[in-house]
Amino acid sequence: MYRTIIIGAGITGLSIARWLTRYRGLQVIVIDKEPDVGWGVTKANTSIIHPCHEEHPDKHPLRSKLCLEGHNLWYKWVKELEIPAKWPGEIIVATNDEELKGLHKYIDYAYRIGVPGVRLIDRGEMLRLEPWINPDAIGGLYAPTAGTINPMMAAIAIAENIVDNGGKLLLGTRVEDIVVRDGKVVAVETSKGGIEADIVVNAAGLYADKISRMAGIDDYSIHPRRGQYLLFSDRVDVKPNKILHTAPTPKTKGVYAITTVDGNLLIGPTAEDLPEEAREENTTTHQGLDFIYEMASRILRKLPPRNKVVKTFAGLRPEPSTGTFIIRFHEKPWGFVEAAGIRSPGLTAAPAIGKHVSKLIIERLENIEPRKDWRSKRQAIPRPAYMAPRERDKLIRENPDYGWIICVCRKVSLGEIMEAVKRMKKIGVPEITLDGIKFRTHSMYGDCQGSQCRPHIAYLLWKRLGIQPWRITTKGDGSKYAFTEVKALLRGDRGA
Amino acid sequence: MLSPKSKPSYGVIVVPDRITKKDYDTVVIGGGPAGLAAALKAREKGLETLVVETRDRLGGIPLQCIHPGFGIHYFKEDMTGPEFVYRFIDKLLSTDIDYTVKSYVNMAEYVSPMEKKLEIITPYGTEIVRTKTIIYAAGARERTRYEIGITGPNPAGIMTAGEAQTLMDMYGVMPGKKILIVGSGDVGLIMARRFVLEGAEVVGVVEILPYPSGLIRNVQQCLKDYGIPLLLSHMVISVKQRNGRVSSAVVVKVDENFKPIQGTENEIECDTIVIAAGLKPRTKLLESLGAQIDPRTKGPVVNEYFETTIPGVFAAGNALIINDYVDYAVEQGELAALAATKYVDEKGIRIKKPVKIVLGRNMRLIVPQMLTLTSDALFYGRVARPEDNVWLSFKEIGFKIPQLKVLPSIMIRQKIRLDKLRMLETDTLTVEVIPRD
Ligand SMILES: Cc1cc2nc3c(=O)[nH]c(=O)nc-3n(C[C@H](O)[C@H](O)[C@H](O)COP(=O)(O)OP(=O)(O)OC[C@H]3O[C@@H](n4cnc5c(N)ncnc54)[C@H](O)[C@@H]3O)c2cc1C
Ligand SMILES: Cc1cc2nc3c(=O)[nH]c(=O)nc-3n(C[C@H](O)[C@H](O)[C@H](O)COP(=O)(O)OP(=O)(O)OC[C@H]3O[C@@H](n4cnc5c(N)ncnc54)[C@H](O)[C@@H]3O)c2cc1C
Repeated sequence: MYRTIIIGAGITGLSIARWLTRYRGLQVIVIDKEPDVGWGVTKANTSIIHPCHEEHPDKHPLRSKLCLEGHNLWYKWVKELEIPAKWPGEIIVATNDEELKGLHKYIDYAYRIGVPGVRLIDRGEMLRLEPWINPDAIGGLYAPTAGTINPMMAAIAIAENIVDNGGKLLLGTRVEDIVVRDGKVVAVETSKGGIEADIVVNAAGLYADKISRMAGIDDYSIHPRRGQYLLFSDRVDVKPNKILHTAPTPKTKGVYAITTVDGNLLIGPTAEDLPEEAREENTTTHQGLDFIYEMASRILRKLPPRNKVVKTFAGLRPEPSTGTFIIRFHEKPWGFVEAAGIRSPGLTAAPAIGKHVSKLIIERLENIEPRKDWRSKRQAIPRPAYMAPRERDKLIRENPDYGWIICVCRKVSLGEIMEAVKRMKKIGVPEITLDGIKFRTHSMYGDCQGSQCRPHIAYLLWKRLGIQPWRITTKGDGSKYAFTEVKALLRGDRGA
Repeated sequence: MLSPKSKPSYGVIVVPDRITKKDYDTVVIGGGPAGLAAALKAREKGLETLVVETRDRLGGIPLQCIHPGFGIHYFKEDMTGPEFVYRFIDKLLSTDIDYTVKSYVNMAEYVSPMEKKLEIITPYGTEIVRTKTIIYAAGARERTRYEIGITGPNPAGIMTAGEAQTLMDMYGVMPGKKILIVGSGDVGLIMARRFVLEGAEVVGVVEILPYPSGLIRNVQQCLKDYGIPLLLSHMVISVKQRNGRVSSAVVVKVDENFKPIQGTENEIECDTIVIAAGLKPRTKLLESLGAQIDPRTKGPVVNEYFETTIPGVFAAGNALIINDYVDYAVEQGELAALAATKYVDEKGIRIKKPVKIVLGRNMRLIVPQMLTLTSDALFYGRVARPEDNVWLSFKEIGFKIPQLKVLPSIMIRQKIRLDKLRMLETDTLTVEVIPRD
């Protein structure tokens, strides 16, 4: 039995782990410092499954190959794991001749990488394909295969599938060191003690360079490139069907306007290079949000007013100094594997990175065989409000909690919330967090951002499970929801 | 009118559910003050009535308002929220009005003028009911930090006043120790005092306007009496965090156009930011029915019967227009119930002459937005800016009422009788505020 430790429960680490659980003879453990999966880069991005025609086939041969392969794997993964997804295609919208000229090269890239259907379209066809495009635009590049998924739902689904197949998650556990003996990795030191290992995979996102240094590898560094977003209410009328974006610049793929799988208009991101140490600066700024709004207004016929925003947020891209994905199996120290610098299109590429990395590992080990009892399927939490009455009533009969809608913005029942808690426990979260419930059920995720349902959810968790509201956190660590009981401050007790 | 002497039985959780029929004359959506008042009035007038409430109990927002200030107009008594609303609940429980809690109207369909179909999700399954009319009284939700443009990270500790109030006064949970309040309306002011009374420190109340938007009495009794600073012409532009919880708010002074003045940023330490920046009518279901929404009130466009643009669908309370007082919500509920009765009896509400209400000088919003000219009309409106010594004028009928002072935060309520309205010769009626000199 080989023990494989994967550092990082983001989309990269989880995808690697999912592939590895297919084999007999391997024990798979995923470690993350956060109390739940996907809370790093995976949590805040544009959520596009790229067609991959924007990757330079010569400059980034591995990245373009993994991008396309990952794209194709997602069709299967979203079905097997019941991940919300859609495939509307995308249009790069050109607003002037120079931008239009700049689009030609992607047809060449597409051809060489093998991306189907990419072509230039004129203004007329573009506006027919997507009436929400700004009529001032002059033409565009259409890529029919582009899709979008809910990345957090994806991370959660994969995590559940890993555990279902015997893998293990150690959440709320920070890796502090990697132990190398006789030129081989032998263990990792964590905030919760040491764990022996035969293989250690570094999929630590923004912190991958630090992890590599723990294993004595010091040939690259990572700096954060921030991307800010504005997310609008699912009730605004601006709902482009296609994925739209401005013509790319050398730094980013441009500003996107998409209708997410949850039905919200999302615009963004910015591309702001931050200093190396600013790896937690996922904060929004007025300049950043104004910039996005301005850019999006170039490609959309109309934008909803700013006060229809339900949420603003920012993500940090882990930009490697090498400019490209760093994926390698080290001979020195033997057993140390990297999937580092997984910047965009990392979400798209993830299933393929998983496959590729697992292959690098498997081919070096002995007596590893595919399992016959591997389970490819995972079921999503049922959503009664969106079911046909007959199906819904069957569910409610078994469990009346499914018949009480607690979150009115997203129509989420108490049954879904309780099921989410059960599943969080099953994958081994060290504590139940409000964000964990949010990402699994989409309660607290709509127009009111939980101001209506959150206190009731906290109360029901207290009554049903004994978790007091001053013990529950929003996102772990010091992010407590409340401090103490009413009257406690008057008694001089300052609470937790 | 209800007996003011009926004993309040608050604390009793109302559990049994009763949907006994498949067909109703009216279904009231929302079991807050507006909905309860509507249901009682509708039943009194003989309508078969059902009340649907999503929460586990009837009562709506007043359940969480343990401060006094309820019922001054309606009962001529000053009560707390629960005392007030339990008068209605107790009365309702003594009638044969059907009601169901933990129940959510998932879908509404307009079948014909005398038939609407509702799909209701309940803990005992999906109920499909038919009804001649709907009284939509689903209340309002509060605006969030994102809607008022507060940037920065997304830590714990930023919540609306209603969320803080629910935690403290329904569930006995203290959400913070060092509080900054955004918004000086009555809700913000009352919450400031509430926190102080529980031993928390309130570091300030931030208001973007150059004057407090709550009652002067509340400014005195809730802030001044406790030495809480009021920062006028200021706004919170962003927040900072430590360990996932708010650690401070960045506050900035604004000019007369509410634009931040560079260089006036100031960081105020706090562990909790309470947003009391106004409410927004809940209109999701009305929108799904195709009802027109007024961008000013953010509620439905209605006629003097509070009938929306969908025949037989009425609105009342905060789902119609954000009210200052619960008494107005109750009043609208009763009027909507009388209108629903008329609708059922006369198979619809006929239009004698369609009239559009036009917002004139210094008027920000108004309901009703249109008239049928078949009944007296009760107008509720708000001005755009404060003014002294003015007329509230209904231009085309030459009707003027003197006003000593008008404020955006104080709702104008004005009844106009049908005989006056009948004098209208045009198809528009302009409501305006004009100087009295
Ligand atoms: C603004 C933006 C837009 C993007 N848009 C797209 C897009 O549209 N399409 C696309 O394909 N890609 C996109 N990407 C890229 C994509 O989001 C990332 O490539 C992908 O999410 C990276 O996942 P990951 O698992 O490698 O990293 P992460 O999700 O960050 O996972 C790494 C994990 O490691 C954990 N960790 C770190 N240090 C330690 C430690 N010492 N101990 C234990 N655990 C540790 C972290 O907590 C984290 O959970 C975008 C990225 C950004 C920021
Ligand atoms: C903090 C605060 C302090 C206040 N203080 C005072 C005061 O001192 N004096 C005063 O006079 N007024 C006060 N008010 C105002 C008063 O509470 C409101 O005007 C009044 O509650 C409005 O009544 P309503 O019935 O329209 O709405 P609500 O009380 O909000 O009731 C609406 C009900 O509808 C339910 N509902 C929503 N959607 C659905 C659906 N789809 N299906 C079924 N049910 C649904 C909700 O759960 C809720 O119970 C205060 C308000 C607040 C927020």
